[in-house]
Amino acid sequence: MQEYAVLVKDFRKVYGDTIAVDKISFEVHRGEIFGLLGPNGAGKTTTMESLEGLRQPSAGSLNILGVDPMRSPARLRDLIGVQLQSSSLPGSMNPGEAMEFFCAYHKVTPRYDLLDRLGLGEKKSSQFSTLSTGQQRRLSLALAIAHDPPVVLLDEPTAGLDVGSRVELHEVMRELQARGSTIILATHDMAEAEKMSDRVAILLKGKIAATGSPTQLTATGGGLVKISVSSDKACLSQNSGVFPSVSQQIIKDEYVIYYSRDAGETVPAVLDYLKVHDDHLVDLRVERPSLEDRFLEITQPDQPNGDNP
Amino acid sequence: MTAFFHHFMYDFRTGLRDKSLLLLNYLFPLGFYALMGLLMTGLNPTFGPTIIPSMILVAVMACTLLGLPNPVVESREAGIFRNFKINGVPELSIVTIPVLSSFVHIIIVSIIITFTAIPFFNANAPVNWGYFVLILLLTIFTFASIGMLIGVVSPNSRSIVLFSQMIFLPSMILGGMMVPTSMLPPALYRVSMLLPTVYSMNAWRGLAFGMEAVFDPRWSLLILLISGVIAFGMAIYLFNWDSKNKRSGRNTMLALITLVPYVLGAIFLVG
Repeated sequence: MQEYAVLVKDFRKVYGDTIAVDKISFEVHRGEIFGLLGPNGAGKTTTMESLEGLRQPSAGSLNILGVDPMRSPARLRDLIGVQLQSSSLPGSMNPGEAMEFFCAYHKVTPRYDLLDRLGLGEKKSSQFSTLSTGQQRRLSLALAIAHDPPVVLLDEPTAGLDVGSRVELHEVMRELQARGSTIILATHDMAEAEKMSDRVAILLKGKIAATGSPTQLTATGGGLVKISVSSDKACLSQNSGVFPSVSQQIIKDEYVIYYSRDAGETVPAVLDYLKVHDDHLVDLRVERPSLEDRFLEITQPDQPNGDNP
Repeated sequence: MTAFFHHFMYDFRTGLRDKSLLLLNYLFPLGFYALMGLLMTGLNPTFGPTIIPSMILVAVMACTLLGLPNPVVESREAGIFRNFKINGVPELSIVTIPVLSSFVHIIIVSIIITFTAIPFFNANAPVNWGYFVLILLLTIFTFASIGMLIGVVSPNSRSIVLFSQMIFLPSMILGGMMVPTSMLPPALYRVSMLLPTVYSMNAWRGLAFGMEAVFDPRWSLLILLISGVIAFGMAIYLFNWDSKNKRSGRNTMLALITLVPYVLGAIFLVG
């Protein structure tokens, strides 16, 4: 059995004079949730659409469970389930009809239970155009997984969803993974990617800028830990650069924020300083860099990222 | 086959459920028929005998030229066809099913027109029902194929209006539905031979209603058939799943091949 569910090798896609994707290579293991991240225009959707068989690669090879998407489109249909970026169904089609319609083309029994599972049970007879964005996204997901595909490609699956729907959708993704499905998740939502993905690839201007698990990626960045401190007398705000391992300090609201290379050195020094100055600690937070911090570090190396150093 | 059937049933229901399609498939042709039956049969005595084929042709054009193309463009531009492609819906189904749905809608309207025009408007009944049905089916096929081709080559809804009205409006005036084409001035008569309705009316008159045909009605059948086959074939050949994968701008020019049989008719069938 092939080790990889998805294999992308030297994939390149050119539109006229524009290079959308420039010789990228990555692989997705079976049963893995693989996040594809990148700013707008980075090449995520082109990559996804090429894997879905909608775009002919200009060069390189794509392979999903041994199938070339362009050469064997019929075999590909049974292997992949796709939730497109835009929910695309005829406005007059209702969820029940859509389930019947797509399952008929996949030659499987309609999975009406999925509509119930994703909170669309009462909307089975409502026209697609009358559903909310969240309901349309959930229907799109239900249709994508109704034929139980081994590989699921999700393009911005939680865009426009409320918190409850996002949690529900993440649960469904975990269930799919537990059943052995491989998921490729293209998203702008760093928190979602960090929470859900086993590994991610960050695309930038058509190239892979970084790849690895979210933990690996955040560890390979600047590696600065964010330490936020608030005290009664705010004595820290008058102090500048006296603490060990601190590379930058900023003041935001009632907090002094330190970016430290070693929290183990910085935190005790800060607490000692408060004690010496007869100040009382109100709040202390130590946060490791998030995937979003690392993403911004990679995609906007010259830009100040919010309160980042 | 089950998938094709589900798809067909969905498409047919859409023709009833969608308000604009309901208007174009049923309300407009039947309303127009009722109006013309009440007004024109009194004003124009030559209209009564041909009210059945004339009003069926209005129904055919409304359904196929005005109703059919727009959902094709909308679905392509909204990414619905891409979603269909990913889920294994073949392009042959996408092109064929609206054509088949048009058959059903038009046949229903045709039955209503045929069986009410005879008692209410003193319309002539067909003398040859076999030819009547054959010409009806051929006319629907040809127009539905042209409508699908318009949807396939039109980049947007504005283009649909332009292309459709280029056939619809001249057909209403010069297509032999209100006034026999034999009564047109020679120059206009030659122009009218570029319109498919002329061939349908001529075939119905000569073969189904026992009236005098303007030219040999067998040529009408042949030209309609060839034109329909070309339009259908072109619609399949030029079909695009989405607007991002456009072929070069030759689509509209290629689609004009559908008009070749009518051009030949205008050259060789006008005495």
